[in-house]
Amino acid sequence: MPIYSKEIIKHFKNPKNVGKIKKPSGRGEAGNILCGDIMTLYLKIGENKKGEKIIKNIRFETLGCIVAIANTSLLTTLVKGKTIKEALSFKKEDLIKKLGQPLPPFKIHCSILAVDALKEAIYDYYLKNKLEIPEELEKEHQRIIKTKEELEKRYKGFQTFEKEILK
Amino acid sequence: MDYAATTPVDPRVVRAMLPYFTKKFGNTMSLHSFGQEVKQALEESREVVANLIKAKPNEIIFTSSATESNNLALKGVAFAAEASARRKKRFISSPNREKGNHIIISQIEHPCVIESAKWLETQGFKITRLPVDKYGLIDPIDVKKTIRKDTILVSIIHASNEIGTIQPIKEIGNICKEKGVYFHTDAVQSFGKIPIDVNKMNISLLSASAHKMYGPKGVALLFIREGTKIEPILHGGGQESGLRSSTINVPGIVGFAKACEICQKEIHPVKSSKGGISSKTKLFNGVKKEDQRLIKLRDKLIKGVLEKIPNAYLNGHPKERLPNNTNFWFKFVEGESIVIQLDLLGVAASTGSACSSAKLEPSHVLISIGLKPEEAHGSLRLTLGRWTTEKDINFVLKVLPEVIKKLRKISPFKR
Repeated sequence: MPIYSKEIIKHFKNPKNVGKIKKPSGRGEAGNILCGDIMTLYLKIGENKKGEKIIKNIRFETLGCIVAIANTSLLTTLVKGKTIKEALSFKKEDLIKKLGQPLPPFKIHCSILAVDALKEAIYDYYLKNKLEIPEELEKEHQRIIKTKEELEKRYKGFQTFEKEILK
Repeated sequence: MDYAATTPVDPRVVRAMLPYFTKKFGNTMSLHSFGQEVKQALEESREVVANLIKAKPNEIIFTSSATESNNLALKGVAFAAEASARRKKRFISSPNREKGNHIIISQIEHPCVIESAKWLETQGFKITRLPVDKYGLIDPIDVKKTIRKDTILVSIIHASNEIGTIQPIKEIGNICKEKGVYFHTDAVQSFGKIPIDVNKMNISLLSASAHKMYGPKGVALLFIREGTKIEPILHGGGQESGLRSSTINVPGIVGFAKACEICQKEIHPVKSSKGGISSKTKLFNGVKKEDQRLIKLRDKLIKGVLEKIPNAYLNGHPKERLPNNTNFWFKFVEGESIVIQLDLLGVAASTGSACSSAKLEPSHVLISIGLKPEEAHGSLRLTLGRWTTEKDINFVLKVLPEVIKKLRKISPFKR
């Protein structure tokens, strides 16, 4: 059995919604270049007939492994046209389920990135438009920032450790 | 294009092995004719294998894997030193000179050496890990400077499994001999690919594995120079001169010997140990068919990749490298993505990138040669072998630039 499901390979081969959006309503970043995966997500927010805010357009760019690429591609297709509320209720478990075959445990990390980047982009949109930020989102934002800092610290430690050896 | 991971078993090797599964299945320890028949096959195999590295047959111990060989080399020598120190304390005469507990390895060893050394550290041994330069080369002068009074063993990988850099083993061997320190080399990647002479190179211990050179998996060897003090890890029936108890894997060893025989014919045009002067001159005239062929293909691949792909760099030494190894890193892309894309196109490759392994850390070898973690993540290893043709190289040179281009398109760091 191959490591990755057909769904992953499909999205990896032909990722959807790749690229940038000029003057995005929101922009989110997740991951860290040092650990190998970094993701930037762009949002264009619009309104539907009911006057609810929806994700009119979504684009992403990533330097990442196959799971990161496939996951983000899948996520963008799933949330495009959805309301912000719906997009925020999206969990990484839903995404993993959609990908079919279970991921190797060490790959879960790569699949969280897409969901995190989306939350960050919505957070950015709220911030830019001075909208009230839901408590849940604020919490998530703090968590993402914290993970990023931890990663940076870890890799800085790793680098100094290496340098010490090299002395 | 991933022959460094493992190789298919040569059909000639399979043919040599087959009788030893069904007809000649005896136990080498049995006294009856069934046992003695295979005992003879074992000793003949030992001779063939020893011949490839100019060792004596009684200096070859067969094991189950290179990991086991490396473990035996490091732990066996370490504990032999400790045992002799203990004996000395008890005023029982010891044939060893005063031994210490210091071991030197390099930063670019295979994990089985690194982890063995790390474990020995927990047992009270002192480990020094020598750095390498940007090509992955050890400076023999560093070895000389690092050897202390209490150094018992130097263990340096002959050729890197990741970047293919070949170490100045002879120089390091000479230094170790001068200083009276055992010298072990992990020759898994070089054994059967480039000439090795344990005497000229002053090697005390050497590990090699069959499955990297068209032999079966589950067979490996440790060369232990006569007189080397070493303790066994596996105790039991006393096979392999008491150094490695276990029922002998005769089919595997016969296969290993056949694989060695084929490599010897292909690489060293020396047919037997009686080859004498004529074989030596041939050897140094460079009549090395298979490795010359691979070097030609390797250099074509390196040149092609560097020319066709912008922001591509070669890891390792341009000349002092294994005939079959190439290793690159590409800016703005991630290694595993390249590997999977190539896999979809029918090319097997490997990466030193974190995401390919269970740990999320980048390759320690690439970090040691000075790559930043984010650069190490974009690395790709392509290794050639007996059935790699020029057509294969041309195919890779055709598809790899497209793959990199495609991945860079979705990268936020593209230009």
